[in-house]
Amino acid sequence: MSESSFKPINMQGPVCPVPHHHTGTVVIGHGSGGAMTRDLICNVFQTYLGNAYLEQGNDAARIGLQSTSGELAVSTDSHVVFPIIYPGGDIGRLAVCGTVNDVAMLGAEPAFLTAGFILEEGLPMDTLIRVIESMAAACEEAGVQIVAGDTKVVEKGKADGIFINTAGFGLIPPGRHLGGQLAQPGDAVLISGTLGDHGIAVLQARGDLGFESNIQSDVAPLNKMITALLEAVPEVHVLRDPTRGGLATTLKEIACQSQVSIHLEEEAIPVKPDVQTACDMLGFDPLYLANEGKLIVILPEDKADKALEVLHKNPYGLLATCIGSVFDTNPEQVLLKTPYGTTRILDMLSGEILPRIC
Amino acid sequence: MTEQTPDFLSGYRNAKLVKTVLAEIRQTVTQPWTLMEICGGQTHAIMQYGLDQLLPEEIELVHGPGCPVCVTSLELIDQALMIARQPEVIFTSFGDMLRVPGSTEDLFSIRASGGQVRVVYSPMDAVKIAAQNPEKQIVFFAIGFETTAPANAMAVLQSEKMGLDNFSILPANVLVPPAMHAILASPSNRIQGFLAAGHVCAVMGYWEYPPIAEQYQTPMAVTGFEPLDLVEGILQTVKMLEEGRVAVENAYSRVVTYGGNKVAQAMLAKVFKPVDRNWRGISTIPLSGYGLQQAYQRFDATQRFDTSDIKTEESKVCIAGQVLRGIKKPSECPAFGTLCTPQTPLGAPMVSSEGACAAYYRYGRKST
Repeated sequence: MSESSFKPINMQGPVCPVPHHHTGTVVIGHGSGGAMTRDLICNVFQTYLGNAYLEQGNDAARIGLQSTSGELAVSTDSHVVFPIIYPGGDIGRLAVCGTVNDVAMLGAEPAFLTAGFILEEGLPMDTLIRVIESMAAACEEAGVQIVAGDTKVVEKGKADGIFINTAGFGLIPPGRHLGGQLAQPGDAVLISGTLGDHGIAVLQARGDLGFESNIQSDVAPLNKMITALLEAVPEVHVLRDPTRGGLATTLKEIACQSQVSIHLEEEAIPVKPDVQTACDMLGFDPLYLANEGKLIVILPEDKADKALEVLHKNPYGLLATCIGSVFDTNPEQVLLKTPYGTTRILDMLSGEILPRIC
Repeated sequence: MTEQTPDFLSGYRNAKLVKTVLAEIRQTVTQPWTLMEICGGQTHAIMQYGLDQLLPEEIELVHGPGCPVCVTSLELIDQALMIARQPEVIFTSFGDMLRVPGSTEDLFSIRASGGQVRVVYSPMDAVKIAAQNPEKQIVFFAIGFETTAPANAMAVLQSEKMGLDNFSILPANVLVPPAMHAILASPSNRIQGFLAAGHVCAVMGYWEYPPIAEQYQTPMAVTGFEPLDLVEGILQTVKMLEEGRVAVENAYSRVVTYGGNKVAQAMLAKVFKPVDRNWRGISTIPLSGYGLQQAYQRFDATQRFDTSDIKTEESKVCIAGQVLRGIKKPSECPAFGTLCTPQTPLGAPMVSSEGACAAYYRYGRKST
């Protein structure tokens, strides 16, 4: 043995190696329920989403109700959109807005959300933080609080980055009755803006369409616009957001629920020129594409102008317009009148191959 | 995207212009005529805009066999399914093909049971996947008419250039002129005039058509896909019929030239050669498909995978064959809209958006 290769003997005995500190990515340990989960909750979730309810730190949140009159609206939705971040939004904003909007469609005032996260091992912490920040901003905008949450981590390949389930709760003020079964012959059908933006924005963000555009997702919380609308025009019969399946599928559902037919004027339906062009290239129909920040309003025809006036004052309703009417003939049908004077029947979405959009 | 695009579209969708041409058709027609639009894209547009409702009743439009998904033979689909089931394969396809029923299952069910089936928007995406996955065999289902054939040929040439030995195609391209021959030569033929498929002609030109028009005394107009293109093509064909004139006219001159795209044609001739092909619901039509030239045989997926053990079985109720030959309308099928819907298709024409049955179903021609 040569002099230079001699190493002094370690006289301290066996030493436990200090574990690596995992801060850059999500690892399995973050879902263990132990100290790493606690770190994640404190450093990420509490930092951005913290409020008095979350800080209770118990198994369930305890919420004092100021008003116990009226009814409770509850909704839940799981979000699996790919990619996680796309032009105009991300899975965090979507998870808040999707559930807030569902609750608001009953005329309820959404107040509380829960959020369950399924994270894939290896998810960059920066991505998670960006999504959580975005959720916080959407909650702030909608005026809701996340009062309970859960995090699980699954092995790489068992999920796709991040899945989020949210549930939402809101009180329906006494006397307010809205629902898909309440459309009446003689009602007008309004839409709050352009159709198909979200569907195309998400498709394009996947990068395999072979073209680029400036199309942005419309994902937005609509509850404040709805509150303003219902205060000014309490006569509204139906509110619905045309998400998956698009305008056509949603109206078909309403026509079936209410046993009416809905007649649309194709020329009146707002679609952005670049969305229409993308649809023409891909063989899609914008009436079947998903929206995440649009509102269908069905109400007595003589209230339509007043409703449009209110919607036009809201940033998410600037392009609101009347697109059709409700009739009692041919129940369950949605008929589209084309600019050529012809009519075609709109059915539910069937079999279009679209990526995960919400 | 350019600023002009929407104007271009609204121009060719302009209701006023369309109505002017329709009025001219009404003035021109004096007796019944039966026309066939070859291309499924045209069928779809006619149904989408409801143009069939606006034509004078003398004019009957019969929907042609021009939906590539619909005419792809059951044998080819079963071959695709067998290849896609192989564990070392990533099977790539246009989305439409995933729901087309084979004898026992479809590509979706292969994917659900663990097979790797991916939707691509272009065969070049499949080449990309091949370059990224050297340990896998990537197979592209090369369906379509002359319109998609150049991109399929390009994928073969590109993978040769990149030295990829893990890329192949399942050649399934079909050709329009032999199908026209088959339809016109049939004893049950009712077609008196053709709307030739505009985008096929964009690639191939229309130099192949005058001899066919002459042989069967059937006038044709090369026709596009927007409402104004379609009514213009119908007007030109009806004018020729009323005048007793047999010719091939070009109603889609903003896209199509007589000679077509010579570069694409040269590439097609280099990679492909015409072979006999079985059309689903019709029959085998001589020299009606593209197979690979000898020099490119190694890119033929059927050379790499043994697909000989296939037993095919068609649905007994489905009348797709008669629909594709223009003998029956989709709504005349006993299964239409009941047993057979886009969710539960019995035949391929109910699957693709270009399929006549799907177009009828989707645009509300449930009963006529």
